[in-house]
Amino acid sequence: MNTLTSLLSISLGMILVENIIFSQCLGICPFMGVSKKMDTAIGMGLAVIFVMTVASAVTWLVNEYLLAGLQYMQTVAFILVIAALVQLIEMFLQKMVPALYSALGIYLPLITTNCAVLGVALNNVGSTFAEAVVRGLTGGVGFTVAIVLFAAVRGRLEFAECPRCFEGFPIALISAGLIALAFMGFQGLSVFG
Amino acid sequence: MNNILLAVAVLGGSGAVFGLILAIASKAFEVKADPRIESVTGALPGANCGGCGYSGCAGYARAIVEGGAPMNLCASGGNAAAQAIAAIMGAEAQTVERRVALVKCRGGYHARKKARYDGLHDCAAAMKVAGDGPALCAFGCLGFGNCVARCKYDAIHLVDGVARVDQDKCVGCMMCAAACPRHIIVPVPVHQDIVVACSNHERGADLRRYCEIGCLGCRVCEKACEHDAIHVENNLAVIDYAKCVSCGACAEKCPRHLISDANLWQEHDVVEAKTR
Repeated sequence: MNTLTSLLSISLGMILVENIIFSQCLGICPFMGVSKKMDTAIGMGLAVIFVMTVASAVTWLVNEYLLAGLQYMQTVAFILVIAALVQLIEMFLQKMVPALYSALGIYLPLITTNCAVLGVALNNVGSTFAEAVVRGLTGGVGFTVAIVLFAAVRGRLEFAECPRCFEGFPIALISAGLIALAFMGFQGLSVFG
Repeated sequence: MNNILLAVAVLGGSGAVFGLILAIASKAFEVKADPRIESVTGALPGANCGGCGYSGCAGYARAIVEGGAPMNLCASGGNAAAQAIAAIMGAEAQTVERRVALVKCRGGYHARKKARYDGLHDCAAAMKVAGDGPALCAFGCLGFGNCVARCKYDAIHLVDGVARVDQDKCVGCMMCAAACPRHIIVPVPVHQDIVVACSNHERGADLRRYCEIGCLGCRVCEKACEHDAIHVENNLAVIDYAKCVSCGACAEKCPRHLISDANLWQEHDVVEAKTR
């Protein structure tokens, strides 16, 4: 498989087939937490795309050059790297790109050591640098697709009639499960067979 | 043993390096915030009602300090807040004209319904389900109290099936107006007695069929006014508060007794007593 095909199939996989929320069940906490409103969902999605892409690139480098022979420390080292990195980016943005800083707002520090970001970083082990970056970027896109879809569903749930005991969070969890079932329909989809 | 030492060294070392980088970065990328922003935020009531047009009290404070926004926009804090802010900013205090919300409808039980609506107790939902609402009037208050639920100051209540503002409690944040899907809540000067409490733009003959008290657009008020302050536009009387002197001539002549606020509610209490 040449490079472009492999990158394409990673993109398709991360957005639909192996969607980080609905298939890998990572990052459920921000997914449930900020999907009540469409604008917060979009803000969170953008922040995740941003952090995941940068974190993928940096953790790949760390894994390749710093952790040679120390692979068992991946998890803890990645947490350290990502946390420091996000802090650094936040300070940088606040000074240099205040518009982007205020657009991402609270969501940037919120997802510092989110398991979705960490999960993508760990999945990147063993792939090339380009693959790692693309997986980070499209993983974030997949997260955004999921949270925006779900925010729209939750907007409708507000007005839906459901049994008292299911109101609020339980029915949201059930709906998320149903969307995950729907996403199973993408299983087996692949680029160029 | 070597392995452990190596792991500790690598992780500790990289931790120390990252810490150092962050420490340097925090100095290099330091953003200096004006200390006045915080004190102005402190002088505001902190209700974050958004009535000033900015995103909450902190947003308004930043606009005052950095953007030179007017200092008398906080309806909730009133003159006290305006003076405190002016003291911080070293400027002369401007007075706050207190404005309160007015629901431009008194229909309620005096307006006929076209259908019985048993759905969700929510104005926006009723408008969606029942074809622009169960009321025959396409402009009036629906009476499900979206504004009541939104008010943080307990200043708006449903009276006779229509929302009514308690002028003493209202701070003029206008969050009720934002919640109203009919857009019939407007700001008016406080204790302004001369108001047209109707939003209906239909012809008087049509309106008469379903509302006992709505504005007919008969222009009697227009003729009664000596100050050219009230005009019928698109079948609805509109008051120009720049010209109005609150003489009450229009209120006296109005065949629907729609204009004087105090009169109106009294009048209705009488009507209701009769129907009971």
